Amino acid sequence: MATLAILLVIITAIPNLAPGNPARKVAGGTASPEVLAQVTEDLGLNDSILVQLGKTAQSVLTLDFGTSPAGQPVSEILWSSLGNSAKLVILSLILIVPLSILGGLIAAYKKDSLLDRVIVNVGVAFSAVPDFVAGVFLLAFLAVPYDFFKTQASAPGEGPLVQLQHLLLPAIAVLAVYFGYLARITRAGTINALEADYTRTAFMRGLSTRDVFRNHVARNALQPTVAVLGTQLGYLFGGMVALEKVFNYPGVGKMILDAVEGANYPALRAGVLTVAIIYMLATLAADLLVAYMNPRVRQSLGDN
Amino acid sequence: MSDVPGARGAIPQPVSGGAAAAAPVPAVASDGGKAGRNQIRREQRRVLFTSPAFVVGCLIVGFWVLAAIAPGLLTSAGEKEFVEAGNNSRPFGETWLGTDSTGWDVYARIIYGARPILIVAPIATALAIVVGTLLGLIMGYYRGWVDEVLSRVLEAILSIPVILMAILVVTTFGKSTPIIVGTIALLFVPAITRTIRSAAISESDLDYVTSAKMRGENGLYIVSREILPNVVGLVVVELTVRLGYAVFTYATLAFLGFIGGSVTDADWGVDVAQQFNQIVNDRWWSSIFPATAIATLVIGVNLIADSIDKALKS
Repeated sequence: MATLAILLVIITAIPNLAPGNPARKVAGGTASPEVLAQVTEDLGLNDSILVQLGKTAQSVLTLDFGTSPAGQPVSEILWSSLGNSAKLVILSLILIVPLSILGGLIAAYKKDSLLDRVIVNVGVAFSAVPDFVAGVFLLAFLAVPYDFFKTQASAPGEGPLVQLQHLLLPAIAVLAVYFGYLARITRAGTINALEADYTRTAFMRGLSTRDVFRNHVARNALQPTVAVLGTQLGYLFGGMVALEKVFNYPGVGKMILDAVEGANYPALRAGVLTVAIIYMLATLAADLLVAYMNPRVRQSLGDN
Repeated sequence: MSDVPGARGAIPQPVSGGAAAAAPVPAVASDGGKAGRNQIRREQRRVLFTSPAFVVGCLIVGFWVLAAIAPGLLTSAGEKEFVEAGNNSRPFGETWLGTDSTGWDVYARIIYGARPILIVAPIATALAIVVGTLLGLIMGYYRGWVDEVLSRVLEAILSIPVILMAILVVTTFGKSTPIIVGTIALLFVPAITRTIRSAAISESDLDYVTSAKMRGENGLYIVSREILPNVVGLVVVELTVRLGYAVFTYATLAFLGFIGGSVTDADWGVDVAQQFNQIVNDRWWSSIFPATAIATLVIGVNLIADSIDKALKS
């Protein structure tokens, strides 16, 4: 909550801090003084900063972000961008979660083998590369030679399967970026769990590798992975600005980029706050899930 | 590196994992003092210099540093020179890496394009490390309400992807190199502070800090002479990891058109943005080669970061 409050202050302050008159940016260089005054009024810049802050807070609570300078309701742009981003995020998660957990588990079980080294090093190399660089590579080496992969990520009005096909390349780019990160965290968590006393005890009790994994290792090994996934969800929604540009995809990132270029402050505010709220909710959800997975915490919750 | 990217620096930016924080260098102050510490340092250095990842990383980064300092040594064509091959000429023919849609030599553009990124990223990282380490040490040692308040502010900044925050700050204050440097530095401070702060907290609980307190040393002395030497390894790891992110962030800002300057100046991110539309016309080289340059620099820096981290833990 405190985090959200601080963000509200930052977001509200931005048009007030911007050098030059934001109203002029919105209205255009040749606008008459009357128009300019009207736009300044519309942007709420005549109010004191506290009144502006109150209005921003109110817009978050009521989910009504006003209208853009062009007259379009901001909520409309926000919901459609959010929907588009959600499609991409969900498809990416469907690829990332199983593959990187599997990669991490294999690396951990075959620790120090060649396979382990390949998974860790290739993954880390890819995760260091910016998403748009991965996107441009996929564009050149998959989309152009193979008709199956598309250069445009959005296919409005097409069936779900065709839309999926269009989203595949950006999702693969996201996978390339996240695989190494998550696999490495899963690997570290699994190695810790495998070396722990409770695992040794379980093996000594004669349980099979599979039972030990299911009942003892998985629960503990995957806690860091879940925590990290939670913190990354906000980034998946709002941080893919450059990737959305490569594939010309109208997600939240593109919405914010357009808002910046068009001095559309209401949309900018709505976009940034939405990303922050998603981040907070996802982090909270991940924390709860981790607590649920941790037998010690669950026990103490049950006792109460 | 213990904290791999939220690639998102760009994303990834990355919320740094707690992993790094959990791995301070071994506290050697208690056992034989200076001699013991020096021996460990020497051993760590030996591990580092014989690591293939470190050597390869240094070669890659070294090449780009050379390109940034003396581009004329590596290419005879200028960054805005119309070469004989004309425009859109294929690579590995008349020119090494082909020419772009304007008719400029792609190889020469890449060599000249190393300079802006290698000016911004290291300066921004250095600023962020100094401020972040200072804040982290002070917050971790003194705790109290200042620490509480600052922690909330840092969390708020971390909840927005670095690239979004960077776009916001740069549009507010204008697109220019000093603003970009300041923005990247500012946005990297929270992650660094958090890592150093948690290391400082665990160091503060150790006996050597308690005994320094009992000797009556003042806080400034304890932070700078007792705690800092024991987290310096972590600071070095943070420095190299953040350098990789800074390269990442600058390249992304350049690609999105937020760095100001002229789009005709050689810059990897700008060149990718200007040329990637040519890919659908089957002219991949004018964007793929600068994109590769970005990738090699980030990977090179990360190889170095990774091997330093491993050497410190060995």
